[in-house]
Amino acid sequence: MQIPYTVAARPDTGLHNSKLGIWLFLASEVMLFGALFSSYILLRVAAPEWPHGSALLNVPLAFLNTIILIGSSVTMVMSWASLMVKDFAKYKRYMGLTILCGFGFLVVKGFEYGAKFSHGIFPSEDLFYATYFTLTGLHGLHVIGGIIVNAYFWGPGSKMWAREPERFTNRIEVAGLYWHFVDLVWIFLFPVLYLL
Amino acid sequence: MQPVATAPPPVESTHHHEEHPGFWRTYVFSIDHKVIGIQYLMTGLLFLFLGFTLMLLMRWQLAYPTKAIPGEWFVVLPAAVALISAVIGLVNKRKLAVLVGGVFAGIAGLVWYMVSDETLFPQGIMLPELYNSFGAMHGTIMVFLGVVPLAVGGFGNYVVPLQVGAPDMAFPKLNMMSYWVYFVGGVVMLTSFFVPGGAANSGWTSYTPLANIATMGQTVWLTGMVFLITSSLLGSVNFIVTIVQLRAKGLSFMRLPFFVWSQFITAFLLLLAFPPLEAAAVLQLMDRLAGTSFFLPSGLVISGQVLDVSGGGSPLLWQHLFWFLAHPEVYVLILPAMGIVAEVIANNTRRPLWGYKSLVYAAVFLGFMSFIVWAHHMFMTGMGTVISTFFQTTTMIISIPSVIILTALVISLWGGSIRFTVPMLFALAFLPMFGIGGLTGLPLGFSATDIHLHDTYYVIGHFHYVVAPGTIFALFAGIYYWFPKVTGRMMSPALGKVHFWGSLVCMNGIFFPMLIQGLAGVSRRLYDGGAQYAHAQGVLQWNEFMSVSAWLLAVVQIPFIINFFWSVKKGKRVESDNPWEATTLEWQTPTPPPHGNFAGGVPEVYHGPYEYSTPNGSKDYTPQNVA
Repeated sequence: MQIPYTVAARPDTGLHNSKLGIWLFLASEVMLFGALFSSYILLRVAAPEWPHGSALLNVPLAFLNTIILIGSSVTMVMSWASLMVKDFAKYKRYMGLTILCGFGFLVVKGFEYGAKFSHGIFPSEDLFYATYFTLTGLHGLHVIGGIIVNAYFWGPGSKMWAREPERFTNRIEVAGLYWHFVDLVWIFLFPVLYLL
Repeated sequence: MQPVATAPPPVESTHHHEEHPGFWRTYVFSIDHKVIGIQYLMTGLLFLFLGFTLMLLMRWQLAYPTKAIPGEWFVVLPAAVALISAVIGLVNKRKLAVLVGGVFAGIAGLVWYMVSDETLFPQGIMLPELYNSFGAMHGTIMVFLGVVPLAVGGFGNYVVPLQVGAPDMAFPKLNMMSYWVYFVGGVVMLTSFFVPGGAANSGWTSYTPLANIATMGQTVWLTGMVFLITSSLLGSVNFIVTIVQLRAKGLSFMRLPFFVWSQFITAFLLLLAFPPLEAAAVLQLMDRLAGTSFFLPSGLVISGQVLDVSGGGSPLLWQHLFWFLAHPEVYVLILPAMGIVAEVIANNTRRPLWGYKSLVYAAVFLGFMSFIVWAHHMFMTGMGTVISTFFQTTTMIISIPSVIILTALVISLWGGSIRFTVPMLFALAFLPMFGIGGLTGLPLGFSATDIHLHDTYYVIGHFHYVVAPGTIFALFAGIYYWFPKVTGRMMSPALGKVHFWGSLVCMNGIFFPMLIQGLAGVSRRLYDGGAQYAHAQGVLQWNEFMSVSAWLLAVVQIPFIINFFWSVKKGKRVESDNPWEATTLEWQTPTPPPHGNFAGGVPEVYHGPYEYSTPNGSKDYTPQNVA
């Protein structure tokens, strides 16, 4: 038994299955973070006073993290592009860089969290910190998820390249779409939490 | 019987070369959509029975608030069912029936454990806290663990790939995962009965701040919900991709059976409406575990003490996030039911559905509108007349597509030569029952009349008419209708008719008096059924009537259970792969369909879904795959 359109695109929709699947999944993710951002807006509008993120949070570190994530999106695209020109060694390099960037982001985030915890600031401090920790924490979980997927495709999952190169390239494209989404969420989180 | 001229005889399934992956991969960790569908169906039915059992216990409290509960009677029913399924399973040598018997024995044990526990039933009278937690768990189990898994996970999984002419779902492994994630969610929900303080007791809506300060069961509830939501997300992605990508050649969107359309729209609702509840569940978990105050206002006083939290949160925020899911959820409950009813009606009237295109457009519009009506559950929260007016208007608008669908289904009967088979009886009963449910919703949708009716038994009567004799009747219709495809045998029509008429009478006996009590102003969620209120005295006698109806409803399910398990092995064997003489693709497969579904390759489609009573044919129907 063979499921059709796992690799080739269906002519009338122009999509292969997993590409449509990941776009639908991302739509649901938009609703998840959309609900959280809406909650943030509602709570902030209702609050008598709301601190400016830049006064409480470490903007330079967050800016560094923004650069790291955007960089990782670029390397992610490059790893896919390398597969498109059939350069597997280059793919390994770029994918490795993407994973390292992901870890780099988490390490920086860890320093940020650590600094807050060492000052005795936890999510229960006030609504601002509750929002900050919940949103960045959930985003952090998404980064971890992305790292796991990417690491699988860098390591054991990359064996598929030898057998089904086209299918493997599709997989990297789909993983990339997810990774860009995680990046995009951060691009929203950074100004909303740190700057506004 | 199919003439060879019009329908290609399906290749006998005796010679296909299938790999045999062993018991565990075939029945437990299967990636075949049909096995997963049956897993969903059985699990969903069992949860439906458990949720019903909780309500049977609650109905004693409502009818006789001061009398000790005769616990043994409430153990007898699940124990009898356990015995019946186990005996039939042993006689027929079906492991599944024995297993199900074991689960029923477990339910009987759970009931026995509770009613004989003096701390839960002091002097045989249910504790108010236990009543609350039964109420919350009844709603949760029925909606999230019973009906949705049955309608979407069960019927959707089994029928949709067959009806679109696909060999399986687009992502078979993901499909298996969504079942097991659902299963884990169900187990988590069940364990909440045994944690300190018992299961969640803040209602199935888990309104804050009550739910924030509730016992540990609420945390377990939220964790279980995260699993169930994840399962739904995986499933809905799979359904949409399957329907868009795996349609057979020639099967355009406007040739899809209405059931597939209903599942398609349902999948979009699940995909887009569930994540906000996941967000809300995460926020409430943070409130309960990390001490945040997303839903806790400043200066909240509990038992005379000001709560020691940072405050500033909004209890209303929870309601917005919750109902943003839970209103589309209503359509998740009803759309697949409409789909099943449409299939059964077209098949048993032997004529095309009236206004197929209107049905499809109405269902799409219904799905879209269902995202902007949620706050009609919140008229009484003081959110302001402007917002109330907006949501009242959208609510009136959404009733239009519902009426279009129901009208089209009713007109479909006109001029048909109706076969009163058991599935058709259930489908026919669906129409007036859903009609009552829908019409009684209008006074709740108007913000002015809702002031009187809000939070009364009228609301309970209204949505139970939609979901119980509405959706659940449609699910029964689906079981009787597709049973011969799944097993190759028919269910007994005689037992089916006993089941149908008994259920129809008892359902109305339970839910119609609720409308009467609600109009008299009796509030929902009262531990004593309203006995302490002066205004309830005139309608109090209905409590006993409703309870007896509920217990009788449980009794008339026994013929169904016997019928179900007996017919798997001993039912009348079908004489062809298409015993109902239906047009859609699932009947053009071998019986039961093998792994990969279509023997001899995926069919090509030449017709719309309901080519019944077509001129020029030697038979009164033309299957979709016959040129």
